[in-house]
Order: sequence, then C-alpha cells, then structure tokens
Amino acid sequence: MNASALFKQQYQRWIGPDKRSRAPGADISHQTILYLEDITVSFDGFKALNALTLYINVGELRCIIGPNGAGKTTMMDVITGKTRPDSGSAWFGQTLNLLELTEPEIAQAGIGRKFQKPTVFEQHSVYENLELSISGHKTVWPNLHARLSKQQRENIDSVLETIGLQEQVHRRAGALSHGQKQWLEIGMLLMQDPQLLLVDEPVAGMTPQETERTAELLTSLAGKHSVVVVEHDMVFVRSIARTVTVLHEGSVLAEGSMDQVQSNPKVKEVYLGE
Amino acid sequence: MTSLTGNPPAGMVLNEESTAGRLWQAMRGDRGGQILLGILLLLGVAVPVLHLFVPENSAMHLSGYTVTLLGKYLCYGLLAIAVDLVWGYCGILSLGHAAFFSLGGYAMGMYLMRQIGTRGVYGDPVLPDFMVFLNYKELPWFWHGFDMFWFAMIMVLLAPGLLAYAFGWLAFRSRVTGVYLSIITQALTYALMLAFFRNDMGFGGNNGFTDFKDLLGFALNNPGTRIGLFICTVIVLALAYMACRYIVASRAGRVVAAIRDAESRTRFIGYRVESYKVWIFTFSAVLAGIAGALYVPQVGIINPSEFAPINSIEVVIWVAVGGRGTLYGAVAGAVLVNYAKTYFTAALPEFWLYALGALFVLATLFLPKGLVGLRSKVKDAV
Repeated sequence: MNASALFKQQYQRWIGPDKRSRAPGADISHQTILYLEDITVSFDGFKALNALTLYINVGELRCIIGPNGAGKTTMMDVITGKTRPDSGSAWFGQTLNLLELTEPEIAQAGIGRKFQKPTVFEQHSVYENLELSISGHKTVWPNLHARLSKQQRENIDSVLETIGLQEQVHRRAGALSHGQKQWLEIGMLLMQDPQLLLVDEPVAGMTPQETERTAELLTSLAGKHSVVVVEHDMVFVRSIARTVTVLHEGSVLAEGSMDQVQSNPKVKEVYLGE
Repeated sequence: MTSLTGNPPAGMVLNEESTAGRLWQAMRGDRGGQILLGILLLLGVAVPVLHLFVPENSAMHLSGYTVTLLGKYLCYGLLAIAVDLVWGYCGILSLGHAAFFSLGGYAMGMYLMRQIGTRGVYGDPVLPDFMVFLNYKELPWFWHGFDMFWFAMIMVLLAPGLLAYAFGWLAFRSRVTGVYLSIITQALTYALMLAFFRNDMGFGGNNGFTDFKDLLGFALNNPGTRIGLFICTVIVLALAYMACRYIVASRAGRVVAAIRDAESRTRFIGYRVESYKVWIFTFSAVLAGIAGALYVPQVGIINPSEFAPINSIEVVIWVAVGGRGTLYGAVAGAVLVNYAKTYFTAALPEFWLYALGALFVLATLFLPKGLVGLRSKVKDAV
C-alpha cells in the first residue's frame, strides 16, 4: 500500500466522515435476506460445518435446533465474520458478500448478533449501553464530541419500551438480572436497526415468566426484522417457531414446521432420541 | 410518551454544544479531579512565592532541591495519567510507557545539548561534547533542527507518537491482547534501552545527555527558570488532566471502556476496536513524551537507564496504588509512591525494592481500587 492510500485509510478510520460507517444494507429485492451455500468449516480435520446450505427470507422468524456440536454457533460465527469458511459462499441480500467484510462492517451493514452468554457493557448504565449501540458514526473523532439528537433519544426511549427496561434505565448493566441482561442485549441490537438479527440461546437460564416475555419480544420483532434464533428449549421453540431448521453434523437435516420436523424419522433418530 | 431519559444530566451552565461547555460538564461530576486541580493551583502559587520571595534563612523557604523534586513528582503524575488512560480505561496493560517518556526526554535533551554550544568542555560550536570525544566529524542527520526549540517540541510529540502508532497498528490489528501485549511492550522498551546504550547510535551512549546550560536563553540553574519550569509542569498537568477527563466522559471514552469490558461485543455493534485502541494508545504515548520533556530540564540528565523495563513497571504500580480508572488516583499514586521512594532510598536504600513489591501486593489484595477507593470503602464500613 502506498503512503497516500495508507493515509487515506487511516484518515477515514479515525476522522471520517466515513461513507462506509453505514454500509448500504442488504438488497432484498428477491425476498431472501441471507444466502449460505455449501459452507464448510473444519477445525483440525473436524468438520464443524459440512456443505451447509441455508436461506433466510425477509421478515421471517426462523428457529435453528440441533444437538451440541451440530454447528449452530459456528454458523453464526461465519455469518458475522468471526470465522472464515474453508469453502462456500455467504451473501447478505443480493449484493453484500459477507466473506469479504470485517466484523464491524457486517454489523454496520445490518446484521446484529446476540451472544449465547449475555454480553453487555457491565460498567455502563442501561442507557449508555443503548447509546453506544446507536447506528451511525463509529469512528473515533465524531464520537469525541457526539451528542444525542432528539431523534436518537426518542429511538432509545422506544427501544427501552420494547425491551421493558424503562425502570432500570440508570442502573449499571452489571447489576441487572440474567434475563434483563438478555433483553438489554437484544435492545442493543435493535438500536442499530438491523435487517437480520441472530439470537443465540435467548432463554437459557431464564425463569418461565421471563421465557414467555422473551417469546413475545422475539415474535413482535419478526416482520420488521428477519430473526434467526438458535435454541435448545423445545417448548420455547414450539411457542415461537414458524419454520424450524434442524442441523446435524454441520449440515441441514430437516426443515419445515415444528410438527413436520418432529415427525421426521431422521430427526427422531438423531435428535429427539427415539 | 414522557421521556424518562430524554434530558441529559441537569445543571447546564455553559452551552452544551461547545467544547468548553462539555468539559465543564465532565469536570462537574469529578470530585477527585476538582480537588486535584485545586491542589495544582495552590502549588502553582505557593511554590514560587515560598521559593523566590521568602528569605533563605526562613523556615518557610522552599529550597531549589525541593522545587525540583516536586516538579519531578508532577512529571511522574503526568506519566501516570497516560498509563491510567490506556490501562484503567482501555484495559491495555502497557509495560513500556517509560519508553515514550524517555523518547520525549531525549528530544528535549537534544535541544538542550545544542544550546550548550561553545560552553562545552571541548568548545565545539556545533558538536556536543560526546560527539567530539567519539571523533564525530559532523552532526548526524537526525540531530539537525534540534537547535530550534519549536522543532524539538514537535519531535517531543512526534517521536513517541509515531512509535506508539506504528507499534499499536501492528499489535492491535493482529489482536494481540492481555499478557502477550504487556510482554511485547516490555520488549519494546528493553530493545530501545539496548539501542540507546550503544555509542554509535549518536545519543551519547550510556552517559546520555547532561551538563545542560540553558533553555530558550534562561539559565537552568537560575531560581527563576526553575520556577518557570515548575509552573509549566503544573499547567501542562492540569491541561492534560482535563483533556483526559474530556475524552473519558465523551462517547468515544465510553466506547473505550466498553472495549475494556467486552471487546467482541463492541466489535459486533460496529466499532473498529483496533482504531480506538491505536488512537488512545498514541494519545497516551504523546502525553508520556511531554512528561519526559518536562522532566529532563528539571532533573538535568537523561540516559538510557530511563528505558529500563523496571521503570515502566513502577509506573503501573503507582497507578495501581493510587487507584486505576480514575485519572486523579494515578497522580496521587505517582506522587505518594515517589515521595516514599525518595524517603526510603535515602533512609534504607536496600529496603526500597522490597517495600515497593510489598506495596503492590498489598494494594492488589486489599485495595483493588487503590488509595482513592479507600474513601468509599470507609464509607461502606460506617
């Protein structure tokens, strides 16, 4: 890289105004938001994903189930840029090749990810957690003197209402209960107004009431966003799922409604243990 | 919907859109910082008066030695702030900040060496004494320009800044973190120490630079110059403190703390973590360089032992003892530990390193928030 290109890259990185700070978002004219085709990932010879092919439609709420080691988390890692596959292709809409983007670029393009273990900024207040998650400028310089606009404050208020944490707004996120942290993390994703939400085990460790609230929350998000939920809790999956995909040994074993999937003999054999 | 959160913290005095207004707001909630700035103001007034205007035979007179010592402590305080900014707020445990401090010091030292001129032992108008001694025929290329104060000052900022930037760019882009990063920062300062010890590097080898005469025409052994340097140190420390407070109170500062607490989460909400780390690391290195540049004319010497790995570790101990992640705690730690050092190395010289080690262990075990955390601890107990 020559000196002027390096300078330009560093300038954009710090000072902006960064044209790339909000990537164009997915082109969804074909009603499919995510294309994963023939994705293979192997770790030391073990194939975590084996020619996985999966499509997610716009506005869909998709549940992904599968026994441990089926490749669910690896799949999320591939979509969000954390892991690069050995082969295959991954596209966000018609135009964005996920395999060429970095993690922050993918996030800015409109894919939000909730981790399995709730991950919020524990030393910051609930409000600050949401503030940091606002979409827009992510470079250093603008954020040295950034102020919330009226629009952004309203946006935070409405997300607070959606996730039901209005009462906790000034509490330190580290002091929240497990379930509240999960909701806050979903709220942080919503602040970025993502087109696709990846949610990893949202109800693990939740009380039945919390689980029920989470189910409502996720169902209400579908339509506006495409939502992919990875979950073990079959009762929960049944309560929210329209389409279920079963992963097994790194590829898709079955796909369909919950009833179809549960009556599928292959699924019964490997997963439901019958 | 009535907004629960719509209003920023109440009590706006200045226009919130201006930089000064935001700084004012950041300082309002910062009790420790207010106390620190108060103390600095007091020192900035009292020390000159007690040194210059109180007769020498009075008990109230402050000796030149004490003024220099206080100035030195404040330089260390500035270095400690720099370390606290990257360690306390961004979780980057740098064990190499003495390198940036020394580079700033060397840049200032080069200017001071050029100012000696014909007053050196060998009386060469251009070459510093050590170069004559080592049979240099002409000034090495990198010594040009250092006869001009402004150029030297730019180098004080650039030398540590560029090194930190290059180092950070390589290290953070490769996602080197934690103990591995700390180890390479130690290697960095150690490598520089070895390099600066070499005579043919052109930096005076193990003797470094000393015998400075004057700065901008003011004789360094003059009480007025001494006080001038002290006041400069006070002002720079106050400004640096406010700049750091401004940064940590901004959204960028909250991003930095977010990186410390949950790096991958920060990345997945769209921040380029590397950029923030490089930026804060570079800024911190520049502060360390300024501290070094203020330090050298006050203590009158700079040599490669300033790069010694132990020095960087000591800075971390100051910050840990004072209380990391508070900025003012770092200054308090630097001043108190160094006061103890001055005392012990005079009274019980063999004992000092043990005392320092014990201090670090005790602070880690019993005062995880350092001395400034003691107040809230006492409050909780009562």
